[in-house]
Amino acid sequence: METLWYALLTCVFIAYVVLDGYDFGVGILSPFVARNETERLRLRTAIGPVWTGNEVWLIAGSALLFLAFPKAFAAGFSGFYLALMIMLWLLMGRGLAFELREHGEHELWRGFWDGIFFLANLLLAFVAGLLVGNLLRGVPLEADGYFFLAWWTDFRPGAQPGLLDWFTLLTGATMVALLTLHGGSFLTMKTRGALQARTEKAVQSTLLMLTPLLLALVVAVPFVQPFFGRHYKAAPIGSVLPLLAAVALLSRRLTPVRRRPVVGFAASSLLVAALLAAAAWGTFPNLLIATTDQTHSLTSMTAAAERTGLEAGLWWVPAGLALVIVYQVWIHRLFSEPANSDASSLTPP
Amino acid sequence: MMDTALLYDRLQFAVTATFHYLFPQLTMGLALLLVYLRSRDLLSDGDHFHHVATFWTRIFALSFAFGVVTGIPLQFQFGTNWARFSEFAGGIVGQTLAMEGVFAFFLESSFLGLLLFGASRVSRGILWLATVLLFVGAWLSGYFILATNAWMQHPVAYRVTPDGRLTVESLMGLLTNPWLHWQFAHNMTAAVATGAFVMAAVCALYLLSGRHRAHAETCLRTAVPAGALASVLLITPTGHESARQVFEFQPVKGAAFEGLFRTERGADLLLIGQPNMETMTIDNPLVVPSALSLLVYNDLYAKVKGLDAFPRQDWPDHIALLYYAYHIMAGLGTLLLAVMGSALIRLWRGTLFTARRLLWLLMLSAPLPYLATTAGWMTAELGRQPWLVYGLYRTEEGLSPLVHSGNALFTLLGFLGIYLALGLLFVLLLVETLRHGPTEPDVARGD
Repeated sequence: METLWYALLTCVFIAYVVLDGYDFGVGILSPFVARNETERLRLRTAIGPVWTGNEVWLIAGSALLFLAFPKAFAAGFSGFYLALMIMLWLLMGRGLAFELREHGEHELWRGFWDGIFFLANLLLAFVAGLLVGNLLRGVPLEADGYFFLAWWTDFRPGAQPGLLDWFTLLTGATMVALLTLHGGSFLTMKTRGALQARTEKAVQSTLLMLTPLLLALVVAVPFVQPFFGRHYKAAPIGSVLPLLAAVALLSRRLTPVRRRPVVGFAASSLLVAALLAAAAWGTFPNLLIATTDQTHSLTSMTAAAERTGLEAGLWWVPAGLALVIVYQVWIHRLFSEPANSDASSLTPP
Repeated sequence: MMDTALLYDRLQFAVTATFHYLFPQLTMGLALLLVYLRSRDLLSDGDHFHHVATFWTRIFALSFAFGVVTGIPLQFQFGTNWARFSEFAGGIVGQTLAMEGVFAFFLESSFLGLLLFGASRVSRGILWLATVLLFVGAWLSGYFILATNAWMQHPVAYRVTPDGRLTVESLMGLLTNPWLHWQFAHNMTAAVATGAFVMAAVCALYLLSGRHRAHAETCLRTAVPAGALASVLLITPTGHESARQVFEFQPVKGAAFEGLFRTERGADLLLIGQPNMETMTIDNPLVVPSALSLLVYNDLYAKVKGLDAFPRQDWPDHIALLYYAYHIMAGLGTLLLAVMGSALIRLWRGTLFTARRLLWLLMLSAPLPYLATTAGWMTAELGRQPWLVYGLYRTEEGLSPLVHSGNALFTLLGFLGIYLALGLLFVLLLVETLRHGPTEPDVARGD
């Protein structure tokens, strides 16, 4: 039962990063690929109908974590206090920048919000990577199962690390590159012509940066967190996941995007999902790994809610999420054709 | 002296929750009015109702965007600032909060995107359906959040586990908490009042300035009856029954918000007066004799317990503020009814659209429901103190053990700064949207 919930939550958080990840990527790419107002509007229309729906996966995910593993929710959210608060403020900046830019016509107004939008998305991707890095490396859990991370200590992933150390900086940078690639793949599906060509060029150069970053991570992870390698040895079937990621990376490189943009996006989605799943596989059954003393780690067993609550949740969570998937797919299909700049009749002209 | 971390954590939740709720009360109220406008559009020829609904969807979207970004911090704060409480009660509140995400928030967010960006791609029928789903999402969202709060006010359907945490005994019990019925009814009526007052104020502005006349008349015809009905329902039965519920289950809260320091037979209803916490009396009171006993127990001579009937450590910790919050809410509630009631009478007689003084009053009344709902929530939540879960778990037990006051103050200051900017921005954009006005049917581009 606990394992089932662990798997379900992993899926929900992966869904969040895959979905909102392309919004982040579009935001990061926007100043580089969009050269004029028409093109910026095209980018806007590409993510406009879906980004709020995507963001809800984060809210649902954190609430489901609260439901299933209250102890991990409590320890994790209070321990990552600083990073999560910054993330909240960045989410505000991202959402409002997107909505508010259209409310003014002056180029200074629009330029200001475009700047906020770019920065917020860039930093959101970075903070997301930072959090993944912290989860992989482990946190200094005390005997009562709580911890608190300052921004940094000595920048080394030891027993008393901070949010930032060389390893989490690496995961942060990797996430930025990964989501830029992913957002770019989404955009090549939604654009045509010069804009599409420029985006694909940016994607290919991001790929060149991403590959060494990922290789560095593969080498670094077992050093930073020995548990990771041990779980892969104990359950080697999970090695499929990193392999799948490698295949996805390769096929993203080789896809002739102009003819098959959907394949390119599918490959980058698979890449994001497989990488996160590989990270979760190495961490399982831990939710929070202790750097202090392995026995302090919070696992799916020690952090879980009472059985009755977990069982009650299974009555409605899968059905509810299935319904969400149905209408979100429908909405994505409704807006599946390439975005044009004729935004909508509701945005003030 | 309250522990500083506790003070900052409480203030941060109070500030973020209060600011957040300014937005969803408008969206929840407008959602109902939008369903009406979209239905009229389906049933009528021409584009008039389509344009009216489109304009109000734009205002809805503005408020919704602010509501979304200010809502996420509330859910996160359960974990970040109230970790021990989350560990203790996650088995219960985790359920209702997750239901909100899965059943309500997804629905609302997904279909708003469709409404905003897909208006030209789908038929009027689909627009109607999306609006209905938006309404369902918004109200379900309110339901699950209120179910969470209702449980904190009046815990039911739980069991204590061997390790001292709580787990849910029955989901049905949680969702049909007796506290929830009146609280939901009261809260949603208040949201409709906010939506109606804002709509009426905007249209009064247009009529007074002689712009968008057809639009303004349509939305006054929509907003005034809805607002008048909501104002009545706010007072009775929903407000009245909510207060009775407080006296039944949380008598010390009731005594505090009525300013009743001593237990009395035939207790008076206090209209005006300042509580003097030194002498435990009310300065310059203005009362309706025996009315409190009558309202609570339907009996002029019934005994109403005062604060002196309860141990001091169970008293709410800000009695004077609680007293004022309650009286401001009740006073404004009465005022809302007076304003919308007179507007309804003039509408009935067909003279509202030329009654300039009343239109001025309607326009200036827009902030009143916001003040009333804020004061109402302060009544509910200050009155819940010193408990986090009423009668079960004290607020000071719930803090995160390792988030010290310096970090809490840092983020509290951050929120204050950001929300000040957001508030100014919202007003600026609302004014801009109103200045731009609805698209007039004769200049609309056909799509």
